Amino acid sequence: MPSLKDLKNRIASVKATQKITKAMQMVAAAKLRRAQEAAEAARPYSQRMAAVMSNIAQAVGSGDDAPRLMTGTGKDDVHLLVVCTAERGLCGGFNSQIARFAREHIRRLLADGKTVKILCVGKKGFDILRRDYASLIIERVDFREVKRMSFVQAETVAEKVMTLFEAGGFDVCTLFYSEFKSVISQVPTAQQLIPATAGSADADRSASAVYDYEPGAEEILEDLLPRSIKVQIFRALLENVAGEMGAKMSAMDNATRNAGEMIDKLSMSYNRQRQAQITKELIEIISGAEAL
Amino acid sequence: MADSFNFELVSPEKLLLSASVTEVVIPGMEGEMTVMAHHAPTMTTIKPGVVTVVMADGRSERYVVFGGFADIVPDGCTLLAESAVAVADIDRDDLARRLQDAREDFNDATTDSGKQKAQQYLDQLTTLNGAILPA
Repeated sequence: MPSLKDLKNRIASVKATQKITKAMQMVAAAKLRRAQEAAEAARPYSQRMAAVMSNIAQAVGSGDDAPRLMTGTGKDDVHLLVVCTAERGLCGGFNSQIARFAREHIRRLLADGKTVKILCVGKKGFDILRRDYASLIIERVDFREVKRMSFVQAETVAEKVMTLFEAGGFDVCTLFYSEFKSVISQVPTAQQLIPATAGSADADRSASAVYDYEPGAEEILEDLLPRSIKVQIFRALLENVAGEMGAKMSAMDNATRNAGEMIDKLSMSYNRQRQAQITKELIEIISGAEAL
Repeated sequence: MADSFNFELVSPEKLLLSASVTEVVIPGMEGEMTVMAHHAPTMTTIKPGVVTVVMADGRSERYVVFGGFADIVPDGCTLLAESAVAVADIDRDDLARRLQDAREDFNDATTDSGKQKAQQYLDQLTTLNGAILPA
C-alpha cells in the first residue's frame, strides 16, 4: 500500500502529464486545420492535372514512342516503394499503420521473387522498417526541419525517384501514404507512380475536343509526366501531414481522458486512506482515554 | 466589348485566380499567345515569363510564372503553373536563386540534349529577369 505522500506525488505527476497531452492536442488541432486547408488548396491543381493527363494520354496512345515514364520498362522485376510517414511519433497508430501496410506489400513482392527497394520519406517509417528490411532501404529523406510542407519538398523526392528510374534502378514505383478521410480515420493507400496510370476521368470531354498541341503531344507529355509525379507525391505528403495531425489529435484526446480517469482513481484512494488514518487516530485517542 | 471567359491560374499550392476575363497573354513555349474567348482547343507548355490577365471589368493583373502548361478550350482556360506569383509580390532573391540553379544545371549537364535544355531554361530566366527588373 503506497503511503499518502506517494499518492500525492503520483497525482501531481499525472496532472502534469495531462496538462502536456492537453496542450499537444490543442496544438495538433490548430495544425490540423492548417494542414487541411493546404490539402484543399492543392486539390484543384491535382484534379486538373489528372484531367489533362488522361486527355493527352489518349491523344498519344501507348505507342512505342510514348515516354518511358508512361510505358515503364516493360519488365516487372524490381519494385521501388516510396513509403511516406510522419517525422514524429505520439500520433496513435498512424505510422505503424502505414508501415504494416507497406510490410505486407513487401512480403508479397518478395514471395513472388521480385526485388524490392525502399525509399523512406519521414523518420518514423524508417525506424520501423529498418528492423525487418534494413538491407532493402536504399535511401531516406528527412523533413524534420521543415515547418510547412511545400512543393519544393515533393520535388526533391520526385527527383530522386526519377533519377533512379533513368539510371534503370527499378521497373515499377509505388507510393505509400495515408489517405486523410477524417480526423479519426486515415486509410493507408498504395498508389502506382511509374508506369503512370492515366485515369479515365473526363472521357466525354476529351472525346469531343480536338486539341492543338504546342509544341507536340509527345513533347508535352514528356514535360507533363515528371510534373504529374511531383504533384502526386506532393498530394501524398499533404494528406500525410493532415492525417498525422488528425491521428495525433485523437491520440492526445484519449491520453488526456485517460489521465483524468487516473487522477479520479488516485484521488479516491488518497481520500480513503486519509480517512482511514483519521479514524485510526481517533480510535487510538478514544481507547487511550477509556483505559484511564 | 469582347466576350469574357473563365480563366484559372493554379499552382500546386493553391488556386491563385479564378475569374471571368476577356484576354490572357500566355508565354507559350513557341512564343507568346493571346487567348480570347472561343479560342480553338489548345494545349501548350509555357516558359518562365509574365502572364497578363485582362479582367472582364477592364482591370489587368500580371503574374510571373515559372514553367507549366496551359489547357485552352473555347469557353475557358486553365493555366497550371509550376510556381506563380503576382508581379508585385515577386521575390528577387528567389529569382536570383533560380538563376543560380539554372547556371549550375547548365554547368553540370553532361549530355548534349541536357545541356541544350539547361541553356534554354537559363536564357528564358535571364530574359524574364531583364523584362521585369525595370518594373
